[in-house]
Amino acid sequence: METKQRNIPFSPNNPESLPFWNAAAEGQFIVRKCNACNKIHWYPRAVCPFCFCDKVEWVAATGRGKIYSFSVMRRAPEPYTIAYVTLEEGVTMLTNLVDCDFDTLKIGQAVKLTFKPSEGGFPVPMFTPETGD
Amino acid sequence: MSVKGKAYIAGAFEHLTRKAPDKSVAQIHAESAKGALEDAGLTKDDVDGYFCAGDAPGMGPLSMLDYMNLKVRHLDSTDSGGSSYLVHVAHAAEAIAMGKCNVALITLGGRPLSEGVQTGTAPRIENPAKPDVEWEYPLGWTTVNMYAMCAMRHRHEFGTTSEQLAWIKVAASHHAQHNPNAVLRNVVTVQDVVNSPMVSDPLHRLDCCVITDGGGALVVVKPEIARSLRRPRVKLIGAGEAMKGQFGGEVDLTYSAAAWSGPVAFAEAGVKPGDIQYASIYDSFTITVLMQLEDLGFCKKGEGGRFVSDGNLISGVGKLPFNTDGGGLCNNHPANRGGMTKVIEAVRQLRGEAHPAVQVKNCNLVLAQGTGGLLGSRHGSATLILERE
Repeated sequence: METKQRNIPFSPNNPESLPFWNAAAEGQFIVRKCNACNKIHWYPRAVCPFCFCDKVEWVAATGRGKIYSFSVMRRAPEPYTIAYVTLEEGVTMLTNLVDCDFDTLKIGQAVKLTFKPSEGGFPVPMFTPETGD
Repeated sequence: MSVKGKAYIAGAFEHLTRKAPDKSVAQIHAESAKGALEDAGLTKDDVDGYFCAGDAPGMGPLSMLDYMNLKVRHLDSTDSGGSSYLVHVAHAAEAIAMGKCNVALITLGGRPLSEGVQTGTAPRIENPAKPDVEWEYPLGWTTVNMYAMCAMRHRHEFGTTSEQLAWIKVAASHHAQHNPNAVLRNVVTVQDVVNSPMVSDPLHRLDCCVITDGGGALVVVKPEIARSLRRPRVKLIGAGEAMKGQFGGEVDLTYSAAAWSGPVAFAEAGVKPGDIQYASIYDSFTITVLMQLEDLGFCKKGEGGRFVSDGNLISGVGKLPFNTDGGGLCNNHPANRGGMTKVIEAVRQLRGEAHPAVQVKNCNLVLAQGTGGLLGSRHGSATLILERE
C-alpha cells in the first residue's frame, strides 16, 4: 500500500554531503566508510567519528535493515512514522517508514530502502517493510 | 580539586508568569534576576559573575549584561538546552572556587506560548549549519516523536507500559494541586493519562509537559557570603555534566547521559541514590523522568516502570518525592527549558519552603537533574547534589 506522502521540506546545500544527494538522485544509496579503521558510520562525515581519519570513502549500502524504534506522529496534518532503522552495514539511521499500515509495524521488522522526493527535488532515504503491503 | 562545599545557592526565584504577551524576554530575565537577588538579600552591585544560555536574547551574555547594566569579571554562556542552568550552577561553583567571582547570577526567560512556538509537534531549524540538520529535518523530527522513540524502545526491551509512565504524571498532578501558580492543578488518574489523545506513539497528551512563558534565576555565592546572609544555607556538594549523541550510528535509546553525569555527582558528594530525600527530575515527558531515574541509579535499568508505579514519586506517599511544584508536566516549562525550575524547587525543599502539603520532612539532601536537547538524538545532562547546612 502507498501511504499519503507528506511534503518533505529539504534542499541540500552542504558541500560535505552533496555526493550523497547526487547519488540518491541517481537511485544509489551510499554511506561513508573509513579507510583507516574500516568502519562505516552514519550520518556521513568527512572525518571518521571513530578514529578521526580524514580518508573516508563513499561505498554502496544494501538498503536493507531492521526497525530499531519508531513512532507514529498522530498530531500532524497527515500522520507519518519516524523511525530508527539499523542497516545491514551495522549503523542505525533516522528515517521514515512509508507505504505500509502504521498500526502493524514492529521493532525488529525487516525493511528496505525506498527514496521519496523532497520539495527541493532531491530524494530522501526512507524505508518500507520487506513483506509489507 | 572539587566543587564540594565551595559554593552555595543563596538566591532562587521562579517568575510567576505563565503567559506574558505584555513582557519582553529581556524583561523576564531581569525581573527574575531582581527576584533572586532580593531572595538572597543581595543587590545588583554585588554580582560579579553572570551565566545565561541560548534563551537569553543577544550574543551570549552581552545583551543581557548590557540591559541589566551589570559589571562582571566572569561570564559563561554554556548552552546545553534545558540542562544549561544546572551546568551553570556547577560552573559558577568552579569559578568561585578559583576566585574568579564571588556572586554569580544565572538567568532564564522565554515566551514560547506567547510567540506561538509549535514546541513539540513541528520540526524546528535553529541553525541550518548544524551538521545533523539535513539528516533529520526532512524526516519530520519533533520534540515529542524523538522522545516517543525512546519510550517505544524502552517498552520493547523492558516491557514498560503506558500505565507505568502515566504514574509519573499522576504524581506530578498530586503535587501541582497545591501550587496556585501551576498551569494544570487537577489531580489526574492513570486512566486519564492513557485515555488522553495519542500525540506520538506511545506518548499521550498527558505524557507531555505544558508549554508556558516564564523565567527564573539563581544566585550562587562563595561560603563566606552565604554565611553572612539570613537565608537557610544550600550547599553544592556534587555536580556532573555529560553529553550523549548517536555515536556515529551506534544508536542506543535505552539510556540517557544521566548515566554519566549522575555517578560523577554522587562520587563527588560521597552519597548514594538511596540517601537522597527529594529529587527534581527534568520532566519534558514522562519517559524522560523514567529513564533518568534508572540512569541515576534510583532503580536498576529496566525497572523504572515498577519504580514509579503506585505513587512512589508522590510526596508523603512514596519513597522518592519528585517535582513537588508540579514540574514541567503540570506547573510550568519556561522557555521550553526546565532545568532552572528543577533547581529552584530543590532549593525550596532544602530550605523547608515548599508547600506544606508536599514539603519533605527534615529535608537535608536533595538531587536536581536536568537534560537538554533531545533524548532521541543528542542531549546534555547535568546532575547537582545539594545539602542543607
